[in-house]
Amino acid sequence: MPAESAQLLPEDAAGRLVERALRRGGDFADLYVERRDTFNLSLDDRRVERAQTGSETGAAIRVVAGDATYFGHVDGLAEADLDRLADEVASAVRGRRAEPRPLGAAQTPQLQSVRVDPQAVAPERKADLLRECDERARSVGSEVSQVAASYVEGRRRVQVANSDGLLAGDDRTRVRLGAQVVARRDDRVEAGSESLAGHAGFELFEGDPAAVAEEAARRAVTMLAARPAPAGRMPVVVGNGFGGVLFHEATGHGLESDAVQKHASVYEGRLGDKLASSIVTAYDDGTMLGEWGTDAIDDEGTPCQSTRVLDEGELCIYLYDLLRARKDGRPSTGNGRRQSFRHLPIPRMTNTYIAPLDTDPQDIIAGVQRGLYAVSFGGGQVEPATGDFVFGLSEGYLIENGEVTAPVRGATLIGNGLDVLTKIDAIGNDLAMKSGFCGKDGQQVPVGTGQPTVRISELTVGGTDV
Amino acid sequence: MSSATGDLEAAARLAVDAALAAGVDEADAWCQDSVERTVRVYEGAVESLTEAGAKGAGVRVFRDGRTGYAYGSDLSEQGLQALARAAAATAAVTEPDEHAGIPRHPGAAPIPGLRAGGFDDWTMERRVELALAVERAARERDTLVTNVEDTVYSDAEARAALANSNGFCDSYEETQCYAFAYAFAGDGPDRMTGMGFGVGRGPDELDPEQVGHEAADRALAMHGARQPESRRCPVVLDPFVAASFASIIGRTLSADAVQRGRSLFADREGDQIASPAFRLVDDGLHPEGLATAPFDGEGVARQTTPLIEDGVLRTYLFDTYTANRAARESTGNGERGSYRTPPSVSASNLLVAPGDASADDLLKAAGDGLYVMGVAGLHSGVNPVSGSFSVGATGRLIRGGELAEPAREMTIASDLVAMLQGVARAAGEARWVPFGGSVQAPALLVREMTVAGS
Repeated sequence: MPAESAQLLPEDAAGRLVERALRRGGDFADLYVERRDTFNLSLDDRRVERAQTGSETGAAIRVVAGDATYFGHVDGLAEADLDRLADEVASAVRGRRAEPRPLGAAQTPQLQSVRVDPQAVAPERKADLLRECDERARSVGSEVSQVAASYVEGRRRVQVANSDGLLAGDDRTRVRLGAQVVARRDDRVEAGSESLAGHAGFELFEGDPAAVAEEAARRAVTMLAARPAPAGRMPVVVGNGFGGVLFHEATGHGLESDAVQKHASVYEGRLGDKLASSIVTAYDDGTMLGEWGTDAIDDEGTPCQSTRVLDEGELCIYLYDLLRARKDGRPSTGNGRRQSFRHLPIPRMTNTYIAPLDTDPQDIIAGVQRGLYAVSFGGGQVEPATGDFVFGLSEGYLIENGEVTAPVRGATLIGNGLDVLTKIDAIGNDLAMKSGFCGKDGQQVPVGTGQPTVRISELTVGGTDV
Repeated sequence: MSSATGDLEAAARLAVDAALAAGVDEADAWCQDSVERTVRVYEGAVESLTEAGAKGAGVRVFRDGRTGYAYGSDLSEQGLQALARAAAATAAVTEPDEHAGIPRHPGAAPIPGLRAGGFDDWTMERRVELALAVERAARERDTLVTNVEDTVYSDAEARAALANSNGFCDSYEETQCYAFAYAFAGDGPDRMTGMGFGVGRGPDELDPEQVGHEAADRALAMHGARQPESRRCPVVLDPFVAASFASIIGRTLSADAVQRGRSLFADREGDQIASPAFRLVDDGLHPEGLATAPFDGEGVARQTTPLIEDGVLRTYLFDTYTANRAARESTGNGERGSYRTPPSVSASNLLVAPGDASADDLLKAAGDGLYVMGVAGLHSGVNPVSGSFSVGATGRLIRGGELAEPAREMTIASDLVAMLQGVARAAGEARWVPFGGSVQAPALLVREMTVAGS
């Protein structure tokens, strides 16, 4: 497959287009070629439905001149269309012209292994997978009233060539299985969801994939007994896995170099500062085997890498794409990502996580008199310019006298990223990763988030029980 | 058929014919293309400039009650034939459903003015000027404005055509544009942000100064915000926030959510679900609405559908499938997010009717409360089946009927039913807000919510 991925467009054609794009000026140019094939299938109301298949191919050209970027894209790879694209982008450029270097030998990065090509698996097998999910969710109890499950597979082949002489390709296969369950008891209705996803082939579903449906159902049924969440400031223990979204939102976005350079991040000018207690070390790692946010190269051709962003509480580095790295006179960290050839690359996280220590999660909970145990989040949002964040809990419990007690509903965590970092006072030994989609500037990309169990000594919980 | 879209109509018909030739019973095909131009400026200079075309097609087929769908970006004859065959093959894996099919009563409403006059007079240079004018207006509004992080002007010229195997074939052209700016007021712990925007059919409809001033003013209004104490109090939702909630309510009124047991308003048609002060209409024909079009994503004429009148739930929103299932007629709400997805039920233009109060009247009526200017995490923070929500909020305290100090790091919590029942008054002035669809809303006074701070 690697050979094929590097050859969406012949090498000489790629080099010619980069040169053509720089004809009227510019310091840098790149070409991005992509072919994307997808297949989706859903089950809802006990019925397999919404079978969808898609295929899109296209290319994008970008020219950078000074601080300005000129961008265009086109569907298909017809030679005449690509030439016109290069000319159109070139004609918009105002600036001196850089001399493009000849393309080097194609880089052959370490591709993620895909043992079972999902496109080769019969659709009926995928439908059966969804039916298993349905059955498994309903087996949790008669209170389970609605089960929806979805299967998504996608293969993205990309090729990048640029005026620095880079030529690289990647072949990315991702699969995802998700379940959403509704449970009812009298007038109470609660929803629960869970998913299993990876940069991997169909082998991801070889174990017990329907366990995701059982987990979603367990969550919905558990929340039926939930009481109104308390409101106010209290210690919060954030569970492993899902909890990592807190770090992603509250800190990760502020480390993206575009926000930093536009004075829109509270982390600007803080390199080398001790922002968190010494127990906090954190990474953005696009190389984690099989993880949802992993790629061989980013969407500018830079190999993905593991970047330590916090080292024992000290801020080490921001996350860079080529453009912002150029501006700061340093190499890209392999975080230049884009949703598709129709989007400009911008600095994005890959898989972000807080590193584990050796504390037992039970001991972390035992240290809390009265607080909240936050297991799963429905979603969250952060304002990088202020660091303010908010997260809705989809599964949470009270902690009373060192023990997890009643489930609560309607709880929201609100706080400020910089403030929360200083308040992390315990980290467990149970690192787990979860998959998600991250939206920024209208672009969605797959990301991994994770952490071990983490305790925040004090955080505002928004609830209904004031 | 318009000659400007004849090629797209021909492509759609070709795909339908190819699907029928592949042995399906019914089919429809949606073809679209667009040219998008986006200017992003920062500190008085162009940061990025995009000019690009995009196209795509989606083919939906029905065979023995089974539905299949395929999409792609290759609109050549071979490309469309491949799509039709892929859709037909895909259908085999799904289970039959007697209600699936293309509309029995397709149609189109004549809608003038979807393409802005004078659109072609706008050169890229003028677009850049417009974006720069927005940024300048924001920066120069006040010395406390410390940064304008992001200023964007964007427009699109789009064409769409739909054909189906009942002989329906129609198309339209439209233009849309928007501008927004994102301003900061103050620095350090006092720094707060504000967004201003404008939307229209063409750039002539935008007032760059107004967009920039709005961004600055909204940031300035929040400057120095602190966490307030927890309380239960009346709240005034500004139009941005009221529109965000309206969009969530629109989703719960989709017949699809209702039929699948995922709406808190299931089995509530004819019931009093809101206070008489809250009126909600889905208007697919509104001259100012950006979701306005002659027909929906499956070829049913757009229409105006009152959803909540005098507080009473009149109807849900239907597409052809949900209408068949409920033995009703489609309300013309089979929406296409893009050619990548088959039509599904969604609001078109959602309008919360204005009332007769001035903005000051609402504050006075609130007495002591909270004026909410922003909510975060709304889409994940509302439980669509129970309606309960707890979401992050920013705004200003209301003291003695007047705006007081700005507040942040808090949540507002309630549930949708209590909120709708608690709408006491609506302001007389409504505005379009493109968050979560095309929504127009006035400020609303709600009798009580829980505000959680310190």
